[in-house]
Amino acid sequence: MLRMIFLAAFLPIFAIAASASEFPADPLQSSMWATLAERYFAGASVEFDDRVKIVVPSLTENQAQVPVTADARAVPDVVKMIVFADLNPIQHVLTLTPAKAAPYVSFRMKVEQATPIRAAALTSDGVWHVGGVYLDASGGGCSASAMARGDADWTETRGQTQAKLWREVDGMTRARFRVRHPMDTGLAKDNTPSYFIERMDMRGATGEPLATIEMFEPVSEDPTLTLLLRLPATDATLELEGRDNNGGIYKSSIPAPGRHSALPASGATGHA
Amino acid sequence: MTLSRRDTLKFLPAVFASASMVTAMQAAAAPLTYALKPEKLADGIWVLRGAQEAISLENGGAIANVSILDTSAGAVIVDTGPSHRFGEALALLAKDLTGKPVARVYNTHFHPDHVMGNQAFDAVKIAAPQGVVDGLKALGNAFADNMYRTAGDWMRGTEVVLPGTILTSEPEDFGDRRIRPLAMRGHTGSDLVLFDETSGFMFTGDLVFLDRAPTTPHADIERWRQALASLGAIPFERLVPGHGPAEESVRGIEQTRQWLEAIEQIIRDAFEKGLDITEAIALPLPDWTEKIALARYEFERTVMHLYPKLEAARWPRVDSKG
Repeated sequence: MLRMIFLAAFLPIFAIAASASEFPADPLQSSMWATLAERYFAGASVEFDDRVKIVVPSLTENQAQVPVTADARAVPDVVKMIVFADLNPIQHVLTLTPAKAAPYVSFRMKVEQATPIRAAALTSDGVWHVGGVYLDASGGGCSASAMARGDADWTETRGQTQAKLWREVDGMTRARFRVRHPMDTGLAKDNTPSYFIERMDMRGATGEPLATIEMFEPVSEDPTLTLLLRLPATDATLELEGRDNNGGIYKSSIPAPGRHSALPASGATGHA
Repeated sequence: MTLSRRDTLKFLPAVFASASMVTAMQAAAAPLTYALKPEKLADGIWVLRGAQEAISLENGGAIANVSILDTSAGAVIVDTGPSHRFGEALALLAKDLTGKPVARVYNTHFHPDHVMGNQAFDAVKIAAPQGVVDGLKALGNAFADNMYRTAGDWMRGTEVVLPGTILTSEPEDFGDRRIRPLAMRGHTGSDLVLFDETSGFMFTGDLVFLDRAPTTPHADIERWRQALASLGAIPFERLVPGHGPAEESVRGIEQTRQWLEAIEQIIRDAFEKGLDITEAIALPLPDWTEKIALARYEFERTVMHLYPKLEAARWPRVDSKG
């Protein structure tokens, strides 16, 4: 045990020493950059790229519910996008795998203190494109109890899902949904163990995979997300399936509005 | 024992003090004295205008209006400002202006920029409706923590003090002055308006903002609109808003109503289009709001306050249990 603690204490120093020349210098000058770059990007090439955006409000109103958009739509061929916050006790917030979706996700997260928040988009050529901002905030978002812990009915409402879809003019389907879940970090003073939705799969009506999100403890209670999916025009529903770290499964079927005609465009009006 | 941020501020100098550090800290520190400048509105009525700004290290949280009335029974004070230090300065000023002890202190609502100076006054002299007391009891310490972070050392020693007198709708007589409390809601769950029947002055608290964007962390906008309609029906000589200049016109009532309608419309449209919060806060505001202090800042905050409520209330259930 002692040896493990000893190793844990010194490993980051070796990591910093080894990675100093491998990764580009951090424009946000975070003390955690070298360690986190080694953790997430080891062996890959990394570049800071303004096309990868993190959008946050100009002020933090609630450190347990900070709205964030991670947007790499300006970068072609993104196969994966991760979001992390350097100075959170748990840095990794989520990973989006956009099989048939835009490299875009809006969500809300907890911050324990002011911190860089970054998105890193992996392109098919194996390069990580990294963007981010520094978020000013007061403390305590990760160590506060979930609101659900003050609600005697939380097991009744857990898993309740509300959602709405919009067909956008560019052919994408904008999906917004909210899943009731305490998303306990395991760091709250009430000693509740970590309990969170760890994965959400979005599929077409026939089961075609569109996107997967792996989520971690920093995603806010009652996760509320926006995604841009290539849901086929003929699909009447979007299928949502979530799973938490205790094995709870949360399934939803979201009706798609403005369903386009399955007929060829020329046949639809009769004016070929 | 767990140390809160406030305790840390309080004890840090004592724990780490060495002669050189104390000297250095004193040299670096701004002179933390609130320079209270009473503006005389009428015989025996003064307002201390709050800065039309967000709470900061520079303004020490003195952003809300505080009023002092002279009566033959003593000084009457409307709201106590952001900190113990402010409250102490206010108590001294009230004594200087009126030459009398304090007869009554009112809290118009439970927000910290209006009530954290309570500590400088006798709690039983402080009066508010039950809802103000309940709100302050529930959220006062969280407000104080946040104030310590945003206003820093101005807050030193500040503790929440609850009003010791619960107001009903009965008017209160202070010798030659009769003040009628009007219990309303909208800006928070309990907003107190004070109407001085002797002078016709109306002190609205934060139900009215003028030339400074309204804040909404505990607002019910529909009820706020109803309260504004009620206020607009009351003939008054002069209206002292919670933030902004005291005027004889209904401009404050109209502007507050116009602001709430405008941003509620923008937020509702954004929500209906499927925008997330970060997208909604980037939307343009009407041109007229360029003259309103903190328009963009408060709009962002209001988006963050209203959006989760809309999402919870408006989206249909789609899970298999629903």
